Amino acid sequence: MAKLARKVALVGAGMSKFGRMFPLKRNPDLWIDAWLNASENVDNGIEPKDIDACYVGNYSSDLFNHQGHLGPQMANLVGLTPKPAPRFEGACASSGIALRQAIIAIAAGVHDVIAVSGVECMNELPTALVTDTLATASDALFEYPAGATFPGLYATVASAHFHKYGTTVEDLMYVGIKNHANGAENPYAQMQQSIKQMMDSKRARYEKEGREIPDWKDEFDFLKSSSNPMIAYPLRLFDCSLVTDGAACLFLAAEDVAKKFTDTPIWITGTGQGSAALSLHDRDSLTSFIATREAARQAYEMSGLQPKDIQIAEVHDCFTIAEILAMEDLGFYEKGKAAEAVRNGETKRDGILPINTSGGLKSKGHPVGATGAAHAVEIFKQMRGIAERNRQVKFDIERALTHNLGGSGGTCVVTIYEK
Amino acid sequence: MRNEVLKKLSEAKDFTLQSYLEFIQNKKLMGTRCKECKELYIPVRKLCTKCNSANMEWVEMSGNGELAAFTSITVGTPYFIEKGYDRNKPYCFSVIKLEEGPMVSAQLVGVDESKPDTIKIGMPVKVKFLESELKGETKIDLGFEPA
Repeated sequence: MAKLARKVALVGAGMSKFGRMFPLKRNPDLWIDAWLNASENVDNGIEPKDIDACYVGNYSSDLFNHQGHLGPQMANLVGLTPKPAPRFEGACASSGIALRQAIIAIAAGVHDVIAVSGVECMNELPTALVTDTLATASDALFEYPAGATFPGLYATVASAHFHKYGTTVEDLMYVGIKNHANGAENPYAQMQQSIKQMMDSKRARYEKEGREIPDWKDEFDFLKSSSNPMIAYPLRLFDCSLVTDGAACLFLAAEDVAKKFTDTPIWITGTGQGSAALSLHDRDSLTSFIATREAARQAYEMSGLQPKDIQIAEVHDCFTIAEILAMEDLGFYEKGKAAEAVRNGETKRDGILPINTSGGLKSKGHPVGATGAAHAVEIFKQMRGIAERNRQVKFDIERALTHNLGGSGGTCVVTIYEK
Repeated sequence: MRNEVLKKLSEAKDFTLQSYLEFIQNKKLMGTRCKECKELYIPVRKLCTKCNSANMEWVEMSGNGELAAFTSITVGTPYFIEKGYDRNKPYCFSVIKLEEGPMVSAQLVGVDESKPDTIKIGMPVKVKFLESELKGETKIDLGFEPA
């Protein structure tokens, strides 16, 4: 894997508030919020005249909002038309792909500065239709008629992982508890509450309503109760990411011009993308995603780094089991060993390898097409030391990684960042 | 091939998704085998991605296999809700490893979906074509049940 022909820097990143924003915010509103937020994070400022193209990642505005052709729409709102404004789609990896293509275009010398947009407004549809729309990222002819939902596909993967490695529902709960604790510290997150805080507010509400106050003895007790209904065994509600409206914006610049925007650029030194059959049944393994392993292999090789060099990562926890798989497939842990690391707290904010300090898709939210770009926003903040509230990790970060997965593992993009 | 009718049907069918689905409607689980390198595919493939040959033949699967992975779904798809499943009546989505080698996705029936702990990965299963009446039409989907 060759190095990038020209160095590429991340010079600014920001996001809209994630949450159930529709109808107060639609795609254009969310994108402008993200654009303004990212612009504030460019040290010396950035203007449309500095930017050569707008790369938009969006999964399915066509089905969510009955609006296709999002590229020029987004570009126009921030003054970037008539410059190129392509849209990229790869299910939940859409803006990861937009980011990767922007890196490639800058490295190739085609453009000097690109604005990467990730945007998705999902709550315009009722939940059942959101689920149905997401299911179009799985195999429509073979998985869907057999009853597959998205939680169902990841639950199927979980069943195989449990069987092969002895992973348990408690292991998955550790992932959710950690990510909610992180999301509680993120003012942009959809759910800014730890599981404990949620239990307390539920108890307070029950008391106020004169109902019997539940006597959960700890978070695990709560997560095994009827307050956490089964969605697709063994996955319950709190194993699933959220239905979210949101956008994220990244400014990328070639090394020749990066200094114009900041004295402390974050260099992107590795990018990789992998693919796999859409259907789980059509793959060699049900407990590992080959698209992740391939994307990671390329990104590590390009950057010259190894898994052990990575100090912090944002990984694609669309379901709790997905975080376990990512930790293993990215090479951070041997197969079957990630759950133990989560149990030991190694991936908490104060652990040896903080994962999903943003709160992850679980707590920050998952506006599918915006997620890949939002991963980079958290890494930008953590590497700059500007993560809000108590979320900033306590050591200086030199090397970081983002992992953006599409569908049930059919697409994966891995990106590596260095100071 | 088990009988002449099937042989004729197979000869007439191009290696398309529609052919595969029509076989299912006729309660036949058919794979395609590369005549050059003998690689077996199911669902249907027209091009062998192992040796690049487009020289395929239909082969009927025995319908025997084992449970590779599964879930019991309480919040189902519109199609399964239409079939009468809901939170109180969950259904099983499964991945089955056929004895011939390849895996397929299918509904798993004949198990206690509300007690998924009792469903064991690795258990032997056999094909069971599932008939449903939807909007006045009989539809047949691929299913499996414990052998």
